[in-house]
Amino acid sequence: MTVIAKDGYVDLVQDKVDNFHGNQVVYVSWDDHLLFCAAQAFPLPPEMPFKALVFEVIPTVFSWHKEFEQVDWAKAQWNLDGNDFVPDMEKSLAENGVEHKSLIRFKTPGLTGIDGTRM
Amino acid sequence: MTDKKKNTAFLIVQDNEDARPIIEAVEQDNPEASIQYEPGMVRMECEGSLIVKQETVEALIGRDWDVQELHLVLISLAGNVDEDDEKFELSWG
Amino acid sequence: MAAKKLNLRKRYELLTRGMGWETSYQKMDDVFPYDTFEGIKITDWDKWEDPFRLTMDAYWKFQAEKEKKLYAIIDSFAQNNGQTNLADASYLSAIKLFITGVTPLEYAAHHGFSHLGRHFRGEGARIACQMQAIDELRHAQTQIHTISHYNKHFTGLHNPFHQSDRVWYLSVPKSFGEDALTAGPFEFITSISFAFEYVLTNLLFVPFMSGAAYNGDMATTTFGFSAQSDESRHMTLGLEIIKFMVEQHEDNLPIIQRWIDKHFWRAYRVLALVSAMQDYMLTNTPMSWKEAWDIYFVENGGALFEDLGRYGLKMPKHHELATAEAEHLSHQVWSVFCALGNATGFHTFEPSEEKMAWLSEKYPNTFDKYYRPRFELWKRQKAEGTFEYLASLPQLCQVCQIPMIFTEVETDPMQISFRNTKYKGDNYHFCSDGCKDVFENEPEKYVQAWLPVHQIFQGNCGGATVPEVLEWYKFQPEDGGDYFDSLDYRRWQEWHGNAEAAKTGS
Repeated sequence: MTVIAKDGYVDLVQDKVDNFHGNQVVYVSWDDHLLFCAAQAFPLPPEMPFKALVFEVIPTVFSWHKEFEQVDWAKAQWNLDGNDFVPDMEKSLAENGVEHKSLIRFKTPGLTGIDGTRM
Repeated sequence: MTDKKKNTAFLIVQDNEDARPIIEAVEQDNPEASIQYEPGMVRMECEGSLIVKQETVEALIGRDWDVQELHLVLISLAGNVDEDDEKFELSWG
Repeated sequence: MAAKKLNLRKRYELLTRGMGWETSYQKMDDVFPYDTFEGIKITDWDKWEDPFRLTMDAYWKFQAEKEKKLYAIIDSFAQNNGQTNLADASYLSAIKLFITGVTPLEYAAHHGFSHLGRHFRGEGARIACQMQAIDELRHAQTQIHTISHYNKHFTGLHNPFHQSDRVWYLSVPKSFGEDALTAGPFEFITSISFAFEYVLTNLLFVPFMSGAAYNGDMATTTFGFSAQSDESRHMTLGLEIIKFMVEQHEDNLPIIQRWIDKHFWRAYRVLALVSAMQDYMLTNTPMSWKEAWDIYFVENGGALFEDLGRYGLKMPKHHELATAEAEHLSHQVWSVFCALGNATGFHTFEPSEEKMAWLSEKYPNTFDKYYRPRFELWKRQKAEGTFEYLASLPQLCQVCQIPMIFTEVETDPMQISFRNTKYKGDNYHFCSDGCKDVFENEPEKYVQAWLPVHQIFQGNCGGATVPEVLEWYKFQPEDGGDYFDSLDYRRWQEWHGNAEAAKTGS
């Protein structure tokens, strides 16, 4: 379907990657930790190494949760835009296939939220 | 929800003096209607249809009553509206 | 000879028919350029009739009387310090959300109906839309006048229109209104008068205004019920226009069904905010969101669509999901406001013990199991002094613009519901199948969405830090945060002679 409009539509994509000053938007969700309510959004350079996302960016927000210090990153299970994947920590976000407005989800086996509530 | 209540027509009015004769008229003219008092408002509901008759309201207040005066106390309704000089009616089907 | 009074039918006919004319030196299509491009076919506009048969003279008479009553009460409320008689000052959070979220939407509806009041070809429909345009303006004005009294005594009520244009959660109602306004006139009226006003508005006004009465808020009860009497007329117009369109031409049916599906879902998502007002912000709650949903949507909406079935119209798509969500909605919305309570223009607070007992009773399948633990945790953290607000920005749904907080209520209520699609190479995310459907039907429209989180990242919202953004919103430092640390709380304690609490907060 396309939109029905009297005089057509201008081709305006509000969130095209060029509008983010060299960054791309990346969403990150920690599954089974619903205290965060939603996936969190970050503007990040595509050339950022994946390990910087994990060890520098993610802690700024996810350390809010008391289970965060128990996370064993070696065991984390990753999902990128609906597909399971194993990130290469040394490579960049872009090289790992992380696109503008990609959704990265991770699970931490054994850690299922406060008192196992998935919260 | 039971199927029985599926086609309920309702009229909700403010709980005030202007609405009182309308509520009483609905009670008289719709013996099946259920009248519920909630904070600030009165909900009158009836299966199928619900009617407000000018004649009944006028008999209760002892003066002429324009059916459109209902607008002054109306809060909400459900059903197809049929209004003329003598009545205001809500119905389904 | 005394003039004989005409009956209602005759008066309506004389005052709404034969007032237009076939143009001669301009084409009718040039005079009315907007009422054909949507594909709705109208063969006889005279078949359109206002069931109330309201004429302009009667309209002015009754509206004047409603206004006189309302303003007498507003005066009396102010003169008698009505603000001190509320159940609790925390109740004001609901009013703050109302004036910033709903009042600008009334004003937007005024714009829309003014447009229709000019551009529908049929005079009867035009007159009804003109009346509604004036109604909507009246609603915005009376809400501002009434609530201005609270603005003298409480925080967070000072800049509703500015905030409506900027604040992250207010883009939810704003984008819904703009979605309708930027459509053609038939879609606009289907959206506002039918999907919003007929199918869903009872959920906003009836239990909420009754709730205001229940919490000692005479001012809101009065403007709410005064507006609601107009609302009844709008609902009737909404139902009438639907029946009129499907009766005019068989080609209209699928178009209208698609609009009903779309705008039901859009309007329902806006009402997610109302569910939190009703269950959490109202100190005393006469009816839960779930109870209101069962009565006003499942039961009354069911009766409505059963009746419309004879025209071939069906219940809006995804209504089953909306009903399944009724046990979760308010808890999920209030949780996100509490977690981001440093960035709201109203105060947040965990429910009291009494309120939690009420929530357990009203939501036996969900509250204790899924939601009580998080409120108890935050309560404990606040008592210990370890509570912190979430310091990041959530992912938003491309269509409803609500943070993607909704979960798979039918299969796994602790799993966020993620939906996405690609359009012209870009990724787009949705909170639900309902929002995804809306996008996929008109992607060109929703790629233009002004998503508050992305706008902050693009540098369009005053700065990159939370204080800069809040300043750009014109939030005052005392507007948000926890109720028990607030100026409103301290003032409330002062009024009620509780000097200790007034000094220290909780």
